[in-house]
Amino acid sequence: MRTRAICLATGLALLLGVTFIAGDARAEHLIVSVSNHRVTVTPNYSGEELVLFGSIERERDTPVPRSGYDLVVTVSGPRVDMVTRRKERWFGIWVNADSRQFLNVPAYLAIFANRPLDKIATPDILRRQQLGLNNVLLTQRVGPDYADVVASDPFRRAFIRLRTDLGLYQENTSAVTFLTPTLFRTGIPLPAEVPTGTYTVGIKLLADGALIAKTETAFEIVKVGFEQFVATTARQHGLLYGVATACMGLMAGWMASIVFRRD
Amino acid sequence: MQLYLPIADLPVNVFLILAMGAAVGFVSGMFGIGGGFLMTPLLIFVGIAPAVAVATVASHIAASSFSGALSYWRKRAIDPMLALVLLCGGMAGTVLGVWTFTRLRSLGQLDLLIALSYVVLLSGVGGAMFWEGLRAIQRSKHGQVVPLRRSGAHGWIHGLPLKVRFKRSKIYLSAIPVVAIGLIIGFIGAIMGIGGGFILVPMLIYLLRIPTSTVIGTSMLLTLVTMTFATVLHAATNHLVDVVLALILMTGGVTGAQFGARAGQRIRGEHLRLLLGLLILAVGIRFAVELGIRPADLYTVRETTGGT
Repeated sequence: MRTRAICLATGLALLLGVTFIAGDARAEHLIVSVSNHRVTVTPNYSGEELVLFGSIERERDTPVPRSGYDLVVTVSGPRVDMVTRRKERWFGIWVNADSRQFLNVPAYLAIFANRPLDKIATPDILRRQQLGLNNVLLTQRVGPDYADVVASDPFRRAFIRLRTDLGLYQENTSAVTFLTPTLFRTGIPLPAEVPTGTYTVGIKLLADGALIAKTETAFEIVKVGFEQFVATTARQHGLLYGVATACMGLMAGWMASIVFRRD
Repeated sequence: MQLYLPIADLPVNVFLILAMGAAVGFVSGMFGIGGGFLMTPLLIFVGIAPAVAVATVASHIAASSFSGALSYWRKRAIDPMLALVLLCGGMAGTVLGVWTFTRLRSLGQLDLLIALSYVVLLSGVGGAMFWEGLRAIQRSKHGQVVPLRRSGAHGWIHGLPLKVRFKRSKIYLSAIPVVAIGLIIGFIGAIMGIGGGFILVPMLIYLLRIPTSTVIGTSMLLTLVTMTFATVLHAATNHLVDVVLALILMTGGVTGAQFGARAGQRIRGEHLRLLLGLLILAVGIRFAVELGIRPADLYTVRETTGGT
């Protein structure tokens, strides 16, 4: 909850900042759209790619910045709590020893840009705008404290690495392509294990190392069909589900004894 | 063909799982065992979370032991009284097992316990079976005849009070060790995702000296009830039973078992025990190696809640 409040506060502050800047000198704003606002995951779903299209709208007299525009797109999935455990050698075998809880972190996180982040802005700006996997806020609980730690923290790095291996976290600094100086597109790959829920897409426009415009859009991933029904039932009516599964097992056994009966 | 498993939360190849079910079914039909101790590790090696594998295999074993129990029932090879007393312990053991399972899962030590139990139990039982089979083969080569049961060699177990008459097994025995054995089987069954037939049968034969004619059928009945119960408990408390996975396993398993049973009849008893011992030992060693070598990744990530 606390992280949310912080996010909201920063978001609001940024929004105010943007309107201020826009009113002052610059007059760019972003228009974006994703190819599909509702992705349905069916039993044979094996991953999909959404496409985000957008255009940078300028006032007629606004000049294109000398270094061109830079875009950073952050796609974050539903928030979940996760725990990262580290194994240690203990009497010759490897056991889970130390652990860290990650609270309210996105189950899916993808960051796309048109060129390497360190070329887009200074480390300070990147951190303040939470641009890049190393700069996104990931709240950890260490004992009684709630805090994000430095990017080099071993648990944080392991967490990001493992999520990246699953295809659920990613950073691709060449994914955003400009079709014209003001028209851009990027693909959003969604792996087969993609979690369901609401996904927010934050698009930030930078020029000469400073944020000049931002916008947000969202899409939803829903699981449909039999398997979703099964998952929901298993969660909400565990006992009934168990009895049904057991009955199914007994039926299968009984059928087999009839089909293959030899005596 | 890829199919998405709703509870295990990952897509799998249907034919791979079907083939695994059939292979394990073949082996279990050949040796007359449930096959849980092979199925659960195979699922874990394929990438399914150990907790889901254990809970799901319970329902698979329930299915395969039901068809077995039915055919033994028709042959009147089940001792109802013995099964009833075993079940008293078995049910309590299952509840205890599922409870321990849930506790350890929240502590993050469940996978370790599953692996450790596999190492200890399978290496022990597999080693003993292998050794025993080897000796039996040697003896038969030398032409020696070994008495299966030494008459009058009653241990301390047979001196315990609370004696019950088990009519169909034609044995008069204390209920205490029977309940205790049921308890142990129920407990490890719920934690390890095994029916426990491969431990129960030797225990009943060698410790309690119950005649072999009723042992296998009765052990199947116990497996059937404890595993059905474990399925329901795992589903109700941990929400880990994957019905889609279970269905694929059952389909492969019950089919494979029929062919396995036919193959098993052509192999001699000692060789069968030797092979089974070797198989159990191999699985145990596989787990031991896994625990001993430095894991490729020291870190693991697991989702703890659905979040907000």
